[in-house]
Amino acid sequence: MRASPDMVCCPVCDALHHLTREPATGEKARCIRCGTVIANGKPQAILHIVVLASTALVLMTIVVFYPFLELRTGVFDSRASVFETVMSFSQGIMAPLSIAVAAFVIVLPVARLGLLIWALGPLSVDRTPWPGAARALRYAEILKPWAMAEIFMVGVAVALVKLADLATLSMGPAFWSFAAIVIITALKDTQMSKHSVWTALDTATRR
Amino acid sequence: MDGPGHGDAALSAPTLTAREAGLVGCRQCTRVCEAADERCPRCGARLSSRDPGALQRVWAWWLAGALLFIPANTYPMLITSTVGRASEATIVGGVIELLHYGSYGVAGIVFFASVMIPVGKFVAIAYLAILVQRGHRTKPKHLLHLFEFVEWIGRWSMIDVFVVAILVALVQFDLIATINPGIAAVCFALSVVFTMLSALSFDSRAIWDRIKTLSND
Ligand SMILES: [Zn+2]
Ligand SMILES: [Zn+2]
Repeated sequence: MRASPDMVCCPVCDALHHLTREPATGEKARCIRCGTVIANGKPQAILHIVVLASTALVLMTIVVFYPFLELRTGVFDSRASVFETVMSFSQGIMAPLSIAVAAFVIVLPVARLGLLIWALGPLSVDRTPWPGAARALRYAEILKPWAMAEIFMVGVAVALVKLADLATLSMGPAFWSFAAIVIITALKDTQMSKHSVWTALDTATRR
Repeated sequence: MDGPGHGDAALSAPTLTAREAGLVGCRQCTRVCEAADERCPRCGARLSSRDPGALQRVWAWWLAGALLFIPANTYPMLITSTVGRASEATIVGGVIELLHYGSYGVAGIVFFASVMIPVGKFVAIAYLAILVQRGHRTKPKHLLHLFEFVEWIGRWSMIDVFVVAILVALVQFDLIATINPGIAAVCFALSVVFTMLSALSFDSRAIWDRIKTLSND
């Protein structure tokens, strides 16, 4: 058998399909063998992804530079930005952990947003994609499990409870933008369908 | 043309896998490529019909993660010093402390993320790897659901590492109270990363490849 452009392969179970047409709006094309969603009919998906990713990226700058949590005990006062949290392990034997936390919470989420915008930005306004768009999109997918901003948020909630007895805590502006980023990222990922996004990029590059 | 129970008009029924058809499917972008292609012409991902070393990598990362999980639980995660008095808390110790405060919900979250998920993950990955190694008769969809669940939930174990980072950053009132990270924080973070790599190395396509059909019996 020869590979033909209308063939689609399920990434999860390897079943071969023929895509007879693009799914209609709101329709999902699932793998017939394992049920994985292969393509979904969301014509505006790419525009949504780019808008959501850009919003999250702007909010990220607030997160890094503004105070995140403030802690007060009668006399003492301490304030931490996400950047300081990340650097908390930076001494001695804990330094590698500091790098890892920085990567999971700031570097990889930002890199992933940047890569998505690079890959799909021009596409969302019907322009020819920038060079390296395919590579950027592929790296964005690889980074997906390692960007852990939302897990960090739950960590913050747990830390708040642990400190509740010790001192009064208040949340800075960065806290709320971080919460927004988590929601926006989750929304963005529901728009992604590997097949649909790649097909769109493919046709746009050829054009 | 439709598969039973799905009714997706856009996809016509498959009878073959890409490998059976002598082709390679790209797992990154779903494109079907020629068997001779080394990289996908559309997205540039490395193609492999089946990676013979996949299970070995699963087991190698699994072992590394499991070994590190031991010091992660026996050594202290947090070292708290209050007015000259230092106290150390392991992962489970931290959960017990939360229970003393009466924060049952949060204690539950931490216990679930730091103990139940890692242990459950070790068991589930080993179970999947053994079944796939031996060949099996379990419904592939059940195994796939288990695998997807394990893959999705594994990252959440990182909660405790982040909690330690936040506490260390916030509680630095030199004389009154300081919190420092213990060695277990590093071991635990590495253990989570290694188990994630173990799950990522697992090739879900093997679940279908290695199913023993009832007629073989
Ligand atoms: Zn499938
Ligand atoms: Zn590809």
